[in-house]
Amino acid sequence: MSDRRPEFEHRVRESGTGTASPAGTSALLDAAVVTADESFDHTEFDDEGVSTAPPVGSSWRLVGRRFVRHKIAVASLIILLVVGGLAAFASVVSPYDFNPPLTSDVLDDARQPPSWEHPFGTDKLGRDQLTRVLHALQKSLLIGLGVAVVSVVIGVLIGSMAGFYGGLTDSALMRFTDLVLVVPELAVLLIVAKNPDPSFFGLFEFPPATEVPGMILILAALGWMAIARIVRGEFLSLREKEYVEAARAAGASGPRIIWRHLLPNTVGPIVVFATLEVGAAILAEATLSFLGAGIQLPEVSLGNLISDAESTVGTDLAYLIIFPGLTLFLIVLCVNFVGDGLRDALDPKATS
Amino acid sequence: MVTATDAPLLSVSDLRVEFGTHDGSVQAVNGVSLTVRRGETLAIVGESGSGKTVTALSIMGLVERPGSIVGGEIVLEGTALTGLPEKAYRKLRGGDVAMIFQDPLSSLNPAFRVGDQIAEALLQHTYDKKDAARRHATHLLELVGIPQAGDRARDYPHQFSGGMRQRAMIAMAMANRPKLLIADEPTTALDVTIQAQVLEVLRAAQAETNAAMLLITHDLGIVAGIADRVVVMYAGRIVEEGTLDDIFYRSRHPYTLGLLGSLPRLDSDRRRPLTTIPGTPPSLLRLPPGCALAPRCAYVEDRCRAERPELEVADASAGHRSACFRAAELDDLRALAAANGAEGSA
Repeated sequence: MSDRRPEFEHRVRESGTGTASPAGTSALLDAAVVTADESFDHTEFDDEGVSTAPPVGSSWRLVGRRFVRHKIAVASLIILLVVGGLAAFASVVSPYDFNPPLTSDVLDDARQPPSWEHPFGTDKLGRDQLTRVLHALQKSLLIGLGVAVVSVVIGVLIGSMAGFYGGLTDSALMRFTDLVLVVPELAVLLIVAKNPDPSFFGLFEFPPATEVPGMILILAALGWMAIARIVRGEFLSLREKEYVEAARAAGASGPRIIWRHLLPNTVGPIVVFATLEVGAAILAEATLSFLGAGIQLPEVSLGNLISDAESTVGTDLAYLIIFPGLTLFLIVLCVNFVGDGLRDALDPKATS
Repeated sequence: MVTATDAPLLSVSDLRVEFGTHDGSVQAVNGVSLTVRRGETLAIVGESGSGKTVTALSIMGLVERPGSIVGGEIVLEGTALTGLPEKAYRKLRGGDVAMIFQDPLSSLNPAFRVGDQIAEALLQHTYDKKDAARRHATHLLELVGIPQAGDRARDYPHQFSGGMRQRAMIAMAMANRPKLLIADEPTTALDVTIQAQVLEVLRAAQAETNAAMLLITHDLGIVAGIADRVVVMYAGRIVEEGTLDDIFYRSRHPYTLGLLGSLPRLDSDRRRPLTTIPGTPPSLLRLPPGCALAPRCAYVEDRCRAERPELEVADASAGHRSACFRAAELDDLRALAAANGAEGSA
């Protein structure tokens, strides 16, 4: 048989001399000792139309390029960044305090219609409404982002285990998900949120829902089911891919395959969901606060600002409810547009 | 030439794998025994559904529900793999035993840079540090003939051509210097011209590490080019095994002869249709009592339908075995058939 592969033998000899490495290691392992030309000459392989063009950038750059083409999404993102930045630094940006000591100076400014000095006007106690809206927005955005993060963590954890391990694990986790899905959300949220100190029968301390962390936990606890289902669905199809089998054949463990191989391929749907969840959570918080649960005055949130100004509808003071309302509308709209843009940009079936 | 010591690296004996289905259990592999020595290339040949891939997956310990190994033993270097706990098996996979899959397009994770994917394989066995693994990955890409490996390591799989992807897969499989490399139809998804290069890379890599290779294919051309010994499978059983020359020049089994006869040849009459093996493989749910090939065999006799022939020494050549009652008469029968055929067409 040796006559059949002369060059093969030649190669063996060549690489044999090239690897003056200690016993047990040779060219493939000993990167430092051998260069490519010593082991096998790769010039003879240069034939399959390897492009000489520089490698295109990462897939994220591609996603970025597609996102930029979505004009409304870009505009929404800019608005969000500007408004979010203003809200984040509200106490620096605004010359007013959102809850100033009610001196006569402040009270004299009460019920001012919108003006250059007070773009959103002032309320019954002379507080600058723009400042109050910005502080409220700060809380709303914090809650929105927090809920998105926490519900993605819960949803991904449950969805990925259900989808990857299948069988009994899948059934158990998905029935639990179904159970949480049929919980009457608003009623439970109201009950939990109105209870200022729910310690779960003394089992563990739960941060009160009247503050941001408690609000985030409550909303996330009832907001992770969609992402769990999405991730499970993706995993069900991804785990049958050959690269998963290849990873197994390379000795990867289950958690490692989930983390390194499956999750990166599920980032698209997760990001889109998380974005939309931000908008949904902001709305949910506003609803709860409007109904008297959640963030309580004198702390401000978009919900309780609107609730506080409820009685101004139809009066000259209606601007007090219009501006917080419009802000809420604008923010949620922008978040959803960004989500739409991301969905289009991350769609693998999209051209270019 | 590669050094093949006598003690087998891998020995599989009487392997049985079943898949539970609604209609009953499918015997995908039905008593397969084979050995692979160090540095040797053993080809497993057979048509779809003959149990080639399932045999390979059994060795990797990757047979999944509803399939299970119901009998037999797989021994690698004196260690029984059957019944090995999952954690120990994981250490073996990608370490001592590596596998290359059929479709390089789907065997690489699209969300992962090629270099990082190879580094990942290295991190699981050889290295602790990411940097070192990355550098080694780049070097491996160079070894399998990827130009500008440093830059290409940062590419994603979709930026690679089919042949380059399969090279990357080979680099990944060889990364931890496996003792046994299982290549499951490594070139099926590739262009013919690229096939030759990929085989060349595979061979060079194998030579360098002195790894044994289990090559699964239905392409007899590849077998002729790369294998030392050949095992022919049909309906979950080995029907013939022998050296390359035994199989190609002195085959003692009608099925092997049928496979060889169905190959297009440069010197054959181009107007004549290619010979085929009539019929289809039997359902693995209900195997006939006799020889599984009996319904399709040109040389079938009553005995073939009643009893199953065992794998027996076929001729003087050592290790040449065939599972056919009429193995010894085959040459005469073929000569007779050829003479009749010539008469008929004249």
